[in-house]
Amino acid sequence: MSHSPHEESALVASETDGSAPVIEPGHTYASVTDQISAIVLTRPTSRGWVFGFAISFSLLMAFLYATAYLFAVGVGIWGTTVPVGWAFPIVNFVWWIGIGHAGTLISAVLLLLHQEWRTSINRFAEAMTLFAVSCAGLFPLLHLGRPWLFYWLLPYPNTMDLWPNFRSPLIWDAFAVTTYFTVSILFWYMGLIPDLATLRDRAKNRLPRVIYGIMAMGWRGSAAHWQRYETAYLLLGGIATPLVVSVHSIVGMDFAASLIPGWHTTFSPPFFVAGAIFSGFAMVMTLMIPLRWAYGLQDFVTMRHLENMAKVILATGSMMAYGYAAEVFFAYYSGNQYERFMVLNRALGPYAWSYWALIACNVAVPQLLWFQSVRRNIPALFIISLIVNVGMWLERFVIVVISLHRDYLPSAWRIYAPTVWDFTHLVGSIGLFMTLLLLFTRLLPMISIFELRELVHKTRDEV
Amino acid sequence: MTDVPQNSAIEAAAPRADSTQPAETLAAALLPVVERIDWNALRDRTNGPAGEEPLWRSLDELSAAPEFFDYLHREFPRQAGEWTDPATRRSFLKLMAASLGLAGVGLSGCVRQPEEKIVPYVRQPEDAVPGKPAFYATCTTLGGYATGLLVESHLGRPTKIEGNPEHPASLGATDIFAQASILSLYDPDRSQTVMRAGRISTWSELLTLITAELPALRARHGRGLAILTETITSPTLADQLQTLIKELPEARWHQYEPLSRDNVRAGAKQAFGEYVETIYHFDRADVVLTLDAEFLTNMPGNLRYAREFMDHRRLARTTVPSGNSKIEMNRLYAVESTPGLTGAAADHRLPLRASEIEGLTRALAARLGVEVTGSIKDAPNGIPKDWFATLIADLHAHQGSSLVIAGDGQPSHVHALVHAINRQLKNVGRTVEYIPPVAAEPVDQLGSLRELIDRMQQGDVKLLVILGGNPVYTAPGELEFATAVERVDLRIHLAPYFDETSSLSHWHVPSSHELEAWGDARAFDGTATIQQPLIAPLFSSKTAHDLVAALAGHPEQTAYQIIQKYWTQRLGSNGFLKRWKRAVHDGVVAGTRADSRKPEWKFVDQIFPAESTSDLTASHGKQGLEITFGPDPTIWDGRFANSGWLQELPKPITKLTWDNAAFVSPQTAERLGISNQELVDLSLGERTLRVPVWIVPGQPNNSISLSLGYGRTHCGRIGKDVGVNASDLRPARHAWFATGVEVTPTGARYPLSVTQNHHSMEGRDLVRVATLAEFTIQPEFIDLEHRHPEQSPTLYAKYEESENAWGMVIDQTACIGCNACVVACQAENNIPIVGKEQISIGREMHWLRIDRYYRGEIDAPDTYFQPVMCVHCENAPCELVCPVAATVHSHEGLNQMVYNRCVGTRYCSNNCPYKVRRFNFLDYDAHFNYGGEQASALKLLRNPDVTVRSRGVMEKCTYCIQRISEAKIEAQKENRPVRDGEIVTACQQSCPTQAIVFGNIRDPKSGVAKLKESPLNYSLLGELNTLPRTTHLARIRNPHPSLEGPATIDTPAIKPTK
Repeated sequence: MSHSPHEESALVASETDGSAPVIEPGHTYASVTDQISAIVLTRPTSRGWVFGFAISFSLLMAFLYATAYLFAVGVGIWGTTVPVGWAFPIVNFVWWIGIGHAGTLISAVLLLLHQEWRTSINRFAEAMTLFAVSCAGLFPLLHLGRPWLFYWLLPYPNTMDLWPNFRSPLIWDAFAVTTYFTVSILFWYMGLIPDLATLRDRAKNRLPRVIYGIMAMGWRGSAAHWQRYETAYLLLGGIATPLVVSVHSIVGMDFAASLIPGWHTTFSPPFFVAGAIFSGFAMVMTLMIPLRWAYGLQDFVTMRHLENMAKVILATGSMMAYGYAAEVFFAYYSGNQYERFMVLNRALGPYAWSYWALIACNVAVPQLLWFQSVRRNIPALFIISLIVNVGMWLERFVIVVISLHRDYLPSAWRIYAPTVWDFTHLVGSIGLFMTLLLLFTRLLPMISIFELRELVHKTRDEV
Repeated sequence: MTDVPQNSAIEAAAPRADSTQPAETLAAALLPVVERIDWNALRDRTNGPAGEEPLWRSLDELSAAPEFFDYLHREFPRQAGEWTDPATRRSFLKLMAASLGLAGVGLSGCVRQPEEKIVPYVRQPEDAVPGKPAFYATCTTLGGYATGLLVESHLGRPTKIEGNPEHPASLGATDIFAQASILSLYDPDRSQTVMRAGRISTWSELLTLITAELPALRARHGRGLAILTETITSPTLADQLQTLIKELPEARWHQYEPLSRDNVRAGAKQAFGEYVETIYHFDRADVVLTLDAEFLTNMPGNLRYAREFMDHRRLARTTVPSGNSKIEMNRLYAVESTPGLTGAAADHRLPLRASEIEGLTRALAARLGVEVTGSIKDAPNGIPKDWFATLIADLHAHQGSSLVIAGDGQPSHVHALVHAINRQLKNVGRTVEYIPPVAAEPVDQLGSLRELIDRMQQGDVKLLVILGGNPVYTAPGELEFATAVERVDLRIHLAPYFDETSSLSHWHVPSSHELEAWGDARAFDGTATIQQPLIAPLFSSKTAHDLVAALAGHPEQTAYQIIQKYWTQRLGSNGFLKRWKRAVHDGVVAGTRADSRKPEWKFVDQIFPAESTSDLTASHGKQGLEITFGPDPTIWDGRFANSGWLQELPKPITKLTWDNAAFVSPQTAERLGISNQELVDLSLGERTLRVPVWIVPGQPNNSISLSLGYGRTHCGRIGKDVGVNASDLRPARHAWFATGVEVTPTGARYPLSVTQNHHSMEGRDLVRVATLAEFTIQPEFIDLEHRHPEQSPTLYAKYEESENAWGMVIDQTACIGCNACVVACQAENNIPIVGKEQISIGREMHWLRIDRYYRGEIDAPDTYFQPVMCVHCENAPCELVCPVAATVHSHEGLNQMVYNRCVGTRYCSNNCPYKVRRFNFLDYDAHFNYGGEQASALKLLRNPDVTVRSRGVMEKCTYCIQRISEAKIEAQKENRPVRDGEIVTACQQSCPTQAIVFGNIRDPKSGVAKLKESPLNYSLLGELNTLPRTTHLARIRNPHPSLEGPATIDTPAIKPTK
């Protein structure tokens, strides 16, 4: 493998600035391959995994049960009402979509920016993206009054000669989410191919060998393969990069295109993107910390990774803080009585608790990450990442519910209260996410083996 | 077969009941376990006393097996209809199966439908054109008084009620009760058969019984027979009853109406020594004072009064006042013991406890020069001095063009004093007219009921016939009607529902609905209407005419014959048929309006019980509270309790649905330490009632208002056990208010469902209000920028101009908030009801709502009504955001909702600043269909021109597009444009004050276009650039200049309230 001088210098730089290494010293090609492929191929299924899977699968079944009940009875089982026509399902949708941002960002953007440290976490982050987007994608469908007609949102030729309303941001949303999901899955699968071939070659039993073999699409590791692979991967990364910005911008525009005070703001798209990266990194952190411990991957996912992610969280968290401040300022500066009321209602109205909890979670707590001691304290990072996840959910709640529950005519103002089904769908979707994630960790290499081998190659020179 | 089956029914029921062992086990394995039949018990049943052998269909029925009844009442055995339940174990299993099915197994819809044949008419009836409704004139009654109706009928199926423009009490408008009576017609809970002691019987069996009793009754000259009716204005029924009493002179005719006009009648008697009916002419009144009188809603003739009052008030059709030209507008002073619509419409409203009104009236009478005993000249305590002085000056200044009205609940002296005041002010003959009583045989009804109860307790009543009414439920609790009635040997009750009284009667006869029976009735001014049926009785019901005829020994006569016979006498047999047809067709019998009369003045003021406020406070018990009873704004005295539309209709002031509550003022609530939705025990004397509290701004302090009509125990599935029965607390003597009520908080909470939780406009300029003085000085008080902001630049092409551009104007000065439009819209557009629980989370379906805002101090705020429905924005925010283009703009400016295309994202509702869109969160059509059974009757109610919406679909006001289309088709057939006034929306048609005007705004000569030119016209939330097609006219008040300085300007208050 050839290395550009640029990559070398990046590595040198990372070494010289005194931060932790991206891979612990002492690893060889074989040790890396052994350790990661063993999780899938040779290590017995641990009790912890079974336990986790049992819980996740139960939650998934609760989700399916609630969904069946929803289809049988209607969206009235939720607390959604008029004027709060969007509530938990849309909050969940935006939250999951946000979480689904980290994967592509880490894979594509950091790939293009030659951030080598991404290697240990990109596979996992991409998988997380896929699963989060899967969760997210379900909610707009479930949330329809007549979910069986969801395909009417897509522009397909039909006998009615009808097209969707291209002016509606919900249509852009349908495009953005499906595109994002498609590109993400391609990118992820493409990255998996060399590792699938490794698993095929190392599998002891026939069945895995056949399955991994089919999935590896005849990868033999020839120079031509590698050359094409690198080109295609880079191209896909290029394609995926704008999507990182577009998806959540468009979700932001779902709100910005309306005239509801609190939704109708020009800064929605960048604000949503920042929030998405913020929550995405927090979720990667939430998941990576227990996994690296459970599977003994401390050598590959090092303190350097955690610290870098903490820095990203701090940066995007500051953008969020700026967003909140801007919101208040705009309301004041616009002189618009509805906007001003909206801000005051957020801070002092019946849902004020959620606003202040959001400020605490998203603005106050991440400030701890300014301290290196906190950034290098794993339990603290874990707790902070959890708090950020909660905060981002609250942020969507504040935007969606508080804005809607009191808009223009006071006669229509209402208090929204979620029902048990709202919570079932929220918790159930976490079950779906965790189920998929646990299956992934059990069946596929959660860290890119071949990319780590590249890293070993580079670091060995230095060591 | 070893046993020979006793009859074929047994064979049918148990085809495999032979004794061979294997077959028995097989049957046991296949069939559900059924208990062994107890044959002896069955035989006992079939061998009842002669003539009482029950009819039976099968052994299962005979053995009264619950499984059989279960089977009988379910179309699909068991499982069906359980989806709406919360998750049960059974549905859990099903849903788990379904959730696995979600993996991708599609459901097969390949069920072969049963074949049905459609047969055309052999001979087409002349008028029956499918798709073309016919209208028939008839009437409905409330408290005995008639309102003329035109009923829309689709191929023999009445579907919608409109007012009869030729009827003096309607003038084309209707109230909520008339609108909702169409629902009562099809109510599946109506009583359907004659019942004897709670078991199904027949009319002929009752006739046999009555015929058998008659000779003995005649021999006794009718002694022991008591007939209890409500107020009767039907000339025919009155004639029948009078003839019957003539034949049976010892029989007694009692009358009782829970919301009786006893005080009105007694007051007239005090003033004139005889019963007279008072009617008012608001069109000639410049200053009106009401003393607890709800003339806009609760009085016979209210629809006409509302129209005349508002015609004399509205400025909508006035152009900009120029120079010194004076604008005429009447002024209304309202004194109210319970916040009501009259007070909301008033220029000066004074909340006052019911017991204090008498003192005010006496002082007023004295100051106006009426000779009264004592010398009270000053305003009683608690009444602002300047208010009192201004009122007197204003009345003085408008002699002959003023009007004072006392409410039904005020004692008779108040009514007598009001007669004296009107006389003193020279109003008699101008704004006040006296006519002979409209009701047949006016009596003191509470006295009449008490007399009946006394006689029943003494055992003097052997046969009690109750013609309508529900005295067991409505009689004041103190009278113990229910115990007394048990002492009567034979009790026959005619009623539309198997109600509380029916359950205590030996015989219950279902009474026909007014839309399915012949009858007649008189309006507030005496005008008679022949009530013609629109449809054959749906159930085996009878009318009072039938029952009285049976008592008179003529069971063979039908109501039709009886009525025609009576009117032959009245109209003369010469040319009768022509006149009869004309009368039936017109809905009024020409020349039957009562003649005005001048009763002799006999009023002498007497020493009444002490009225001064301080005396009353002393008798007010230790808490100093009094309680006022009144009709419920939506279900009246409980007779409409089973009407889902009326139960779910928000009460105009409180916006409460599905319940009554004890209304208290904010100050009183604070003093007693009670809060909204808290249950309190109200005790009056020895009786106690547990009621939820609702705090109502504008309620007089230390006074509780509780409406009647709730707490029904027998009425049907909708109204059963809803609310509390205020009659239980009602005192026997003075049934309208009582002092000395005690409140004990229980600390428990009872959720109440209201449709509006926020009552302040939050400083937003939603209902624009000015005084007449302000308007005269500055007609452009709504500055132009705010009125209709100019359309902002847009990238999109403008809509094509079309011949018609539909628009609407709502006059907020004229709107009295009576809700008639809301029910009319519900009836016209097949709008479902959703139930209390859904209302409590904000899912009401009314397309048209009436927002009610308060302004001013919390103890006596101004109340404003603002009808809001889809305003059909030209720049509709909903259209932009719908992903599937299910809501689109028509070239005529309608914002159309395409139900078929809607997938239910609800973004349109979120983005609607008016929040007028309604979403079918559940299958509301099935959700509230009386548990799934017998709902087929309700299907007949549907307007065939309007789609019934399914679950998951958005809906909203369409401007009654079906009516627009109909008019356009007619116009097209005649090759002409649609004429102004040809399209009348349902809300517009029902409005008593004509506050809603609809039409083509592109036609400058149309009524709506002219109103849009008015300086009062403004767009609600116009600053959002939605360009609504429905605009509102600012409300103009006419307060007396000496009582109100320049109107305060609302300062924006942006602080949110918790």
